[in-house]
Amino acid sequence: MTRRERTVDVLIVGGGPAGLGAGAELAASGAGRVEILEREQTAGGIPRHCHHGGFGGHTIGGGTTGPAYARGCVAAAVRAGAILRTGVTVTGWAGPLTVDTTAPTGLERITARAIVLATGARERPRSARLVPGSRPPGVYTTGELQQAVHLHRQRIGSRAVVIGNEPVGRAAADTLRVAGLDVVAMVTDQPSSRLAALTRPGDRTPVLGRTTVTALTGRERLTGVAVRHHDGRTTTLRCDTVVFTGDWIPDHELARRGELALDPGTRGPAYDAAHRTTGTGIFAVGNLLHGVESAGFALAEGRAAAAPVLRHLTTGAWPTGRTPLAVDAPLRWIAPNLIGPDGGLPLRGRFTLRTTGRLASPLFVVRQDGRELHRQRLLLPAVPDRAFHLRADWLDRVDPHGGTVRIAVR
Amino acid sequence: MSPTITTAGELTADDLPGTRPDGGQGAPVYDVTVVGAGVVGAAIARELARYRLRTALLDASDDIGNGTSKANTAILHTGFDAVPGSLEARLVREGQQRLRAYAAETGIPVERVGALLVAWDEEQLAALPALLAKAERNDYHAARLLDAGELRAREPHLGPGALGALEIPDESIICPWTTPLAYATQAVRAGVHLHLNCRVRHIDSGDDVHTLTTTRGTLHTRHLINAAGLHADELDRELGHDDFTVTPRRGQLIVFDKLARGLVGHILLPVPTAAGKGVLVAPTVFGNVLLGPTAEDLDDKTATGSTADAITMLREKGRRILPELLDEEVTAVYAGLRAATGQEDCRIRSRPDRRYIAVGGIRSTGLTASMAIAVHVMELLGDSGLDPGTPSELPPVTMPNLGEAFPRPYQDAGLIAADPAYGTLVCHCERVSAGEIRDALTGTVPPHSPDGLRRRTRAGNGRCQGFYCGAAVRALFEEART
Ligand SMILES: Cc1cc2nc3c(=O)[nH]c(=O)nc-3n(C[C@H](O)[C@H](O)[C@H](O)COP(=O)(O)OP(=O)(O)OC[C@H]3O[C@@H](n4cnc5c(N)ncnc54)[C@H](O)[C@@H]3O)c2cc1C
Ligand SMILES: Cc1cc2nc3c(=O)[nH]c(=O)nc-3n(C[C@H](O)[C@H](O)[C@H](O)COP(=O)(O)OP(=O)(O)OC[C@H]3O[C@@H](n4cnc5c(N)ncnc54)[C@H](O)[C@@H]3O)c2cc1C
Repeated sequence: MTRRERTVDVLIVGGGPAGLGAGAELAASGAGRVEILEREQTAGGIPRHCHHGGFGGHTIGGGTTGPAYARGCVAAAVRAGAILRTGVTVTGWAGPLTVDTTAPTGLERITARAIVLATGARERPRSARLVPGSRPPGVYTTGELQQAVHLHRQRIGSRAVVIGNEPVGRAAADTLRVAGLDVVAMVTDQPSSRLAALTRPGDRTPVLGRTTVTALTGRERLTGVAVRHHDGRTTTLRCDTVVFTGDWIPDHELARRGELALDPGTRGPAYDAAHRTTGTGIFAVGNLLHGVESAGFALAEGRAAAAPVLRHLTTGAWPTGRTPLAVDAPLRWIAPNLIGPDGGLPLRGRFTLRTTGRLASPLFVVRQDGRELHRQRLLLPAVPDRAFHLRADWLDRVDPHGGTVRIAVR
Repeated sequence: MSPTITTAGELTADDLPGTRPDGGQGAPVYDVTVVGAGVVGAAIARELARYRLRTALLDASDDIGNGTSKANTAILHTGFDAVPGSLEARLVREGQQRLRAYAAETGIPVERVGALLVAWDEEQLAALPALLAKAERNDYHAARLLDAGELRAREPHLGPGALGALEIPDESIICPWTTPLAYATQAVRAGVHLHLNCRVRHIDSGDDVHTLTTTRGTLHTRHLINAAGLHADELDRELGHDDFTVTPRRGQLIVFDKLARGLVGHILLPVPTAAGKGVLVAPTVFGNVLLGPTAEDLDDKTATGSTADAITMLREKGRRILPELLDEEVTAVYAGLRAATGQEDCRIRSRPDRRYIAVGGIRSTGLTASMAIAVHVMELLGDSGLDPGTPSELPPVTMPNLGEAFPRPYQDAGLIAADPAYGTLVCHCERVSAGEIRDALTGTVPPHSPDGLRRRTRAGNGRCQGFYCGAAVRALFEEART
């Protein structure tokens, strides 16, 4: 027995907010057969297990809960006529626009006129962060923790330490409390910011800033997290649970196996404002491009990609030799990171950036081949683990035949 | 015969062999008890299982292969660089042949990727001919010298400065987890009793039986085989011997993501120096890339943790060998402890008068040598007054394929059509299906922890380390237990 071979117009890999947003918009605009493949049994992506509010709203605490948001995204895509198939995993490529899939219903080989990758991002686990020590149970990422508590109602432990202090770390702490644990501390190697804490009244968890995790201890079960403070003091925080939060890496396996160029900063596929990667006919949306932005942002990107996908279906055109955008340290990445020939602007007319270190009212200088294209000061500080933005209205000054456009900070 | 595996509670008469094999009365007595269900003890138990003997295999842990055997470099050595004429040299050479054949028969993944001993300076380059000669003395004749050009053609991602290499085309990589599992499964199916969570605390040796006091009660055996790995010296002392002391030598390793697999084709070995074997870069049968191990002499037999210094050191060495490797994501960092005894050779010693065999100092080649060690032990047993009778065929076993180079269930249309559970993926990074997890949970030697399940299926072993599947895999594990 072999693979069933089929063709579709647009194949979307990943049924999270980004893939569902793209599917809804494409189906509604008459792109033909638009099929979304999701490897989990239920579509919706990460929000499925984010039981806290804050999805889709524009104010802190606004919007809805993750599961409600996920259901909304699914309903919209299905209503628009996209074909959503769950429990189907895209396992690899069989041609430039052909993928292989595995599902309980069998193996398929699907060829599409355009493919949209929307495979999301994950948090780096303890091992990828090279945290030494023993390897006891009780070590989580937020993704695993939330699923254990909210989807499977599993017992976690009694005393927890959260590594990270960005919003997702706060979500982890909330989940731990729901599961009945004491959150002993939140540890971050950045200066501790009360900003995140302020968003959650009544949250009294101590935040240990400028503190690094030096080891995990315990054999049968985690017994503690050894830390070093910036002044050299060391302590061991006694706990039976630790959650490593934030520190995102796009799930770029398919992108890499498809030989798409990656951006060295984001580790996601390099892409332009029209969500075109370096693979002809292959688009990318959502956290795959920039671990991690909000669900609303991922959804909006999915929707925004529909127009360029349609244009490609009609014209078949694909740009070559696009100018790359790169950042200088301490900036970490910029997205999008290719400049398309058609001068299109990214979503909301701005680039998204991240920094590795805190920058108080930074001045950005954009240059190409020594020529200054743009200069812009941010009024607010830029801090790690939080997006900030750069206007894109200078794109028409870029020489399409010139070298890399570099963004430096002063 | 229904297999006997016990994991908790006092060992009762039901768990133990019935009447004595000679038909006499008294407490039930095993003919042979193997202490330690690592790769070595399991191999010995499997060899014993061919005979009409009442055999027990004991382990202190809740699983087989849970000691040193789960955390090594997983290379099926040719023995080209062993000390010529040593027992280890012979056992590695024979063991490698036996295990290679056994793997082919049972489906344990083996890949003959070959090794390259890479010379990074003139001194190392000058040392290669002597290593070639040593390989010849070890009866290994396929090795040959490569110049810098040939080397680079084989390994284009190698760092700058490599001057040449010695090629060992038969060095292979093997699955370290299915090997002891295959042995134990076959042994148990053939009637060997497996008692887990059963630590031997004390031994009384009488005139014809040993009485073992374990954490789960008392057990009697005529013959005793000590395959307790790091703790073999302690058991040995229980019997009044003081032949050797095990000093754990830690080896820390870094596992890189599968996306790094394309960077390296061979096992890249350093040229050995006075400071030991050194750090290698090797593919794994799971499709990852390993960097390590360190060699640190310690005195704590439980110190399987990793350290910041070692990780830094390994990364520095790795950057020289394969610079692009360091840009790849790390999937795991782990450490294993070699049972070093201050002597190069292994310490396999039979005391026929005491009906006791110590299988000690199985340091850094025990996986490769395991089947040959088992045969050797069987011969020694014959010399110590045990008449095992005539051997019979072992029940065949087929292991689930954990190897990336061979078809996995998620790629098998026929299998999925027959049973859709093999098309339902649970662990996405490793593409492990619900069917494989179910099979492992209901196998002859089932896991008793999610970690044991991981070693039988790879579930949770991938780059996300459970971000996506950890909770679901645990749910399947818990469900099977209730
Ligand atoms: C713990 C946590 C808390 C968060 N809290 C908030 C919040 O409060 N508010 C907010 O707005 N955002 C929040 N976010 C961010 C938000 O969840 C993400 O931005 C959003 O889910 C990204 O959408 P996506 O579609 O790009 O990726 P995902 O939601 O990750 O979806 C990707 C989908 O692709 C599927 N997939 C991957 N590979 C394949 C394949 N090969 N074949 C088939 N399917 C595949 C995956 O199973 C997954 O369902 C949070 C994220 C996390 C992890
Ligand atoms: C870093 C490293 C790399 C290596 N690389 C390779 C390689 O590439 N190729 C190769 O062939 N070999 C390699 N080895 C060597 C190989 O792993 C070992 O030789 C082998 O695993 C030893 O097996 P064992 O059964 O003797 O010991 P173990 O696996 O440690 O088994 C001993 C068992 O005895 C049990 N036990 C101990 N005391 C008691 C007691 N009192 N009562 C009951 N049970 C007890 C323990 O629980 C344990 O399960 C490597 C080793 C290390 C550490």
